[in-house]
Amino acid sequence: MSRAALLVLADGRFPAGGHAHSGGAEAAVKAGRISGAASLGEFCRGRLHTAGLTAAGLSAAAALGIDPVALDRAADARTPSPALRVAARKLGRQLLRAARATWPSAELDALGREFPKGAHQPVVLGLAARAAGLGPVDAAYCAAYESVSGPTSATVRLLSLDPFDATRVLARLAPELDRVADRAVEAARKAVGEGVDALPAGSAPLLEIGAEVHAAWPVRLFAS
Amino acid sequence: MNVRTGAGVRSLARIVARDDGRGGTSLPVLESDGPLALRRTRATGSEARVMLVGAMSGPLGGDHFTVEGRVEEGARLSVGSAAATIALPGQAKGEARYDVRLDVADHGELHWLPEQLISAQGSDLYVTTRVELAPTARFVLREEQVLGRVGEEPGRLTSRLTVRVAGQAVLDQELACGPGAPGGWDGPAVLAGHRAVGQLVVVRPEFAAEPVAATVLGEGASVVPLAGPAALVTAVAPDALRLRRLLEEAFASLPRA
Repeated sequence: MSRAALLVLADGRFPAGGHAHSGGAEAAVKAGRISGAASLGEFCRGRLHTAGLTAAGLSAAAALGIDPVALDRAADARTPSPALRVAARKLGRQLLRAARATWPSAELDALGREFPKGAHQPVVLGLAARAAGLGPVDAAYCAAYESVSGPTSATVRLLSLDPFDATRVLARLAPELDRVADRAVEAARKAVGEGVDALPAGSAPLLEIGAEVHAAWPVRLFAS
Repeated sequence: MNVRTGAGVRSLARIVARDDGRGGTSLPVLESDGPLALRRTRATGSEARVMLVGAMSGPLGGDHFTVEGRVEEGARLSVGSAAATIALPGQAKGEARYDVRLDVADHGELHWLPEQLISAQGSDLYVTTRVELAPTARFVLREEQVLGRVGEEPGRLTSRLTVRVAGQAVLDQELACGPGAPGGWDGPAVLAGHRAVGQLVVVRPEFAAEPVAATVLGEGASVVPLAGPAALVTAVAPDALRLRRLLEEAFASLPRA
């Protein structure tokens, strides 16, 4: 295993299309719920422990080799908002393209055949980590970090937030990222024996509602 | 089966609804247990009605309540509660648990419409609701949580809701809030200061071919089609009354059954 592969996969410049999505930040900024670094920090903290934990569990489970079809269904059940399901599949398809080009693998090829319209992004992320020779802990960290780095860089653009402040928001969340990754991996290991019901299902009502509000706007800066 | 131990009260209440063969629904099992008292009320048409009456207060720390409801093939049941359930701190240490297990067979119909669950200051409750539906079952469930009584901080409340149709999960969600819950629960991504949060799940076989259209009601509620023959209303509001209004407005917006 090469730890450096994790840097490649987690790099914001990895060409997987994530920059086009705000992780709910655009809707929250418009509603006045994010107005600066402090509220961005609280937004990210809430997202990390809900959608982030759920995504990290799915990614860790995929990295452990749990059936991606079962995981994709589990992701559907954990994503009530159809706008978010569409976004997750779109991101999954883009990530799969980049991952297959970067770390060719039979499992990634099979995933592409199984889900021509894209599988949920966290599931693809877990299999990409596997293809890169990484493990469930790496996959969980990647998913958990993405759950907060996406909204943070989006908010820098949306509010012209000072990038130093934004980076400090992420750094302050580091201990909680550790805890979320631990919980996700523990649940994923449990899911190997008990099935996907053992995976976290953290939900955030305002992310779900906000995603539908956002999808109804005629003009948006971000896709979700 | 209601047992008072040092650790709290364990109690199990059960309901079984059966098609009586004469166009109505009978209740061959209606078992109350300690704080969980079930009362049959007047039926409407083919539907049997049951009220959950809180004979004692709601779950206290260390208590473990379970309610099981089964609707057999072709039977119709509606369950409500006489008053809100209040989770309170108990003398026993540790969290309280409230488990609801619902099972609806083909052509059966269940409406599970309890009053609010209020999380009082200092309480610690873990609620799980697991629903198993046959492919042609029809189902409505309302879940409303109120964080704290008026002017009070909430307790800790975690609620997991899982709904399966023909063995396949169409909804699996957990919401954790209150002191001790993972951070950010009251922040802009989760509740943003709202003190009432609720869901309404509606499962109908016809939603497989004709899913509901996704809509929003202002900034506080959405109606969405799930991945399966089901619709979900999610709502947040400043208080219980406004939450109920939002859920009712959203329910009224669904196509008529």
